[in-house]
Amino acid sequence: MSSATPIEKSVHASEWQGSLKIVDVARARNLAWLHVAEARIRNMLKWWTSIAAFSLGNPVLYLFSVGIGIGALVDANGGSTQLGGVNYLTFLAPALLASAAIQSFQEEMSFPIMEGFEWDKSFFAMNSTPINGRDIVNGLVASSFFKTAITVGIYEAVLLGFGAIDLNVALPMFLSALFAGVAFGSVMMAVTSYIKNDDGFFAIIGRFVIAPMIMFSGTYYPLESMPFYLQWVGWISPLWHGTDLGRVISYGSPQQGWIVISHWIYLATWLVVGLTLAYRQVSKRLAA
Amino acid sequence: MIIARGLTKTYGEFTAVDGIDFEVRKGEAFGLLGPNGAGKSTTMKMIASVSKRTGGELTILGLDPNKRGPEIRAHLGVVPQQDNLDRELKVHENLYVYGRFFGLGRKFLKAKVEELLEFAQLTEKRNAKAEELSGGMKRRLTIARGLVNEPEILMLDEPTTGLDPQARHILWDRLFRLKEQGVTLVITTHYMDEAEQLCDRLIVMDKGKIMAEGSPADLIKRYASKEVLEVRFGSSKNVEIAEQISHLGERLEVLPDRILVYSENGEADLQEILKLGLEPVTSLVRRSSLEDVFLRLTGRTLVE
Amino acid sequence: MSMIGLAADSAVLIAERRHNKLGRSVYSGRSRVALERNIMAFRSSNWIIVLSGFVEPIFYLLAFGFGIGKLIGGVTDGDGNPVSYAAFIAPALLATSAMNGAIYDSTWNVFFKMHFAKLYETMLATSLGPLDVAIGEIGWALLRGFVYALGFMAVMAPLGLIPSWWALLAIPGAVLIAFGFASFGMAITSYLKTFHQMNWINFFMLPMFLFSGTFYPLDIYPGWIQALIQAMPLWHAIELERAFMLGNLSWGLLGHVIYFLVMIVAGLFFTTRRLTALFMK
Repeated sequence: MSSATPIEKSVHASEWQGSLKIVDVARARNLAWLHVAEARIRNMLKWWTSIAAFSLGNPVLYLFSVGIGIGALVDANGGSTQLGGVNYLTFLAPALLASAAIQSFQEEMSFPIMEGFEWDKSFFAMNSTPINGRDIVNGLVASSFFKTAITVGIYEAVLLGFGAIDLNVALPMFLSALFAGVAFGSVMMAVTSYIKNDDGFFAIIGRFVIAPMIMFSGTYYPLESMPFYLQWVGWISPLWHGTDLGRVISYGSPQQGWIVISHWIYLATWLVVGLTLAYRQVSKRLAA
Repeated sequence: MIIARGLTKTYGEFTAVDGIDFEVRKGEAFGLLGPNGAGKSTTMKMIASVSKRTGGELTILGLDPNKRGPEIRAHLGVVPQQDNLDRELKVHENLYVYGRFFGLGRKFLKAKVEELLEFAQLTEKRNAKAEELSGGMKRRLTIARGLVNEPEILMLDEPTTGLDPQARHILWDRLFRLKEQGVTLVITTHYMDEAEQLCDRLIVMDKGKIMAEGSPADLIKRYASKEVLEVRFGSSKNVEIAEQISHLGERLEVLPDRILVYSENGEADLQEILKLGLEPVTSLVRRSSLEDVFLRLTGRTLVE
Repeated sequence: MSMIGLAADSAVLIAERRHNKLGRSVYSGRSRVALERNIMAFRSSNWIIVLSGFVEPIFYLLAFGFGIGKLIGGVTDGDGNPVSYAAFIAPALLATSAMNGAIYDSTWNVFFKMHFAKLYETMLATSLGPLDVAIGEIGWALLRGFVYALGFMAVMAPLGLIPSWWALLAIPGAVLIAFGFASFGMAITSYLKTFHQMNWINFFMLPMFLFSGTFYPLDIYPGWIQALIQAMPLWHAIELERAFMLGNLSWGLLGHVIYFLVMIVAGLFFTTRRLTALFMK
């Protein structure tokens, strides 16, 4: 108690003006989503070494082991006739890119949401300012997009280095992979926003949804080579739609026009449905 | 600043807040006192414009929170019951990021953050992660964070629960200063000493309703006597002995662990008890408090 | 005499008896209790997650073995015999399955129990010694690895991927592998301090899984990479299981077995030492 409250100098250096003077509500509202994204990105930056290591490590590992290793077996056995005439690595690259985007979004849309609602309740802190549920959703999508863009960018640079894609298709491929990512991510976000406690939920999603999606979406071999009764896994999976788009862009994989268009429509539907549900549930949960 | 008329909140069948009326005037410290589950936090959430009322009227700064939530929140400072700091951000970053949520400029915030760090006595901890702080420090940081927009109304939900006595006094001191600066305070608590210390006016809530309203001194005068004599005879004997001394004081309250005698002169009543040949295990004469008011109004103690 | 006095007396008696035994400071011969605790906790836990651990290798088997298998046709095993691609990778996935089961429990769960649940502190405050705790925990992880391997075998059999009776040896093989990884995994975990460091375990596991001759013979790599891979435990595990499953038995397999025995002993030794240092100062 000896060091009990000292007699202090005036605590406020400046004059207390009051929020009516200093807060510009219109400005706060317009940029609300950006401020949410800013907060989230600050948080990510704390882990940037791990993020960078994973972003670089993952593609290198998969390219060497699957692309080059299995690729050598496939190419030596004349597998390219089943791959539309390209070598295995070229066939694989768009799939790896799309799945990297989807996995990056999946990460951002799982634990960070639980954290905001349950663990550190930071969403409630945001919501006690002019920020709304909708702004939180938009901000998280924006920050995930930012992180995924970096991850996919690095992945693409590695693919270019391996000669798996051409430079002139790099940008459209980048965009189509990100689109698949954000489509999946917004639905994932809607789902997570309903979860009250983890209880192994994310482990189950990982093992029963994400893993089979990656394995059976025509990622490592053409969807058509799966038994017909299993091909529906690919049709519903945003990864397959993203991958197939990527293949058309990358090496002109022959595909009918209406299918290409339906890929876009399908992914756009995921995006819209996911966002709509997420807006609703996040707002509802904040008000509860 | 805040006007509530018949304010109601129901969750399905359950009525958390049941048609309450109150007004909070500019610059006063207004308290909501009551046990857990009385509806204090729900009322706070409605004032904080995050939870929508299901009935009655509520205006804050002249606006309807159901429609103008973000505009109202721009002028509130909220200190929730549980600290919801961003654990991975540093202390100063927590203040900065929160300020950004109000759309405040970087330059303004730079100065403001330093000012608030000093206010919360956290200048030396500015680079620590929020999760590394002690309970008292976290609380001070949460309060400082609530001040970043220089709010017209500062809302504090159980501000000192879980703090040690010294940390509580530091906090109270900080809150006094804010009041002096003209900030309106709305405080919930289930500590009567805190309510007595901080509040100009308060409402006592129980089961979603208002039981009484007034200044602390006012309420004590109205619902309790000047002094209280507390005697303990051991839990098995309290009821039996209470009958023998029921003539003492203005009123008697028998709790499981002790008997409370409300009277003008507690010391004299204690002498009476001793004269009867009864020997309490412990005895205490004290000034009556809001706790007694609450006991009178609801038949229950505050902290159960 | 009061009940309390009686209990205290018998506790002293037990302590005195233990006092004269070799290794008394680390082992009380009651690791069964620690294992029992895990089984009790398991019953009330989300068992879908625990059992789901073995589906991942099965997905790999189906996707790679059959999907990519179609593109590849067949490969030749270590002895130069042609086998289908699925039959080639199945034993590798079996070994991985045993590893995953063992590692998950002996790393993340152990880390959680050490740092958050403070379970070991509680256990070691009783008459249990650190070796009891280590064996109990590792025994549990091993059990899980064994169950995963068994589940995987049950899926392989109807797919026609178990060509000979020798393949039954793959089950004790899987137990050995799980034991080795569990013991080693717990030893490493007991030295780690933050979740962040725990991530490095994953960082090590993924490349080991991808490169240990899991999906194709090692000979596509240059010699020095081959040597590096052959130093890794999973490579030994895969070689052992592949030989059992494909019926290519030889005395050379003893090398892999010894590798795992060393891993088990070293893991137990370091875990015990670390737990003693941490909680019994």
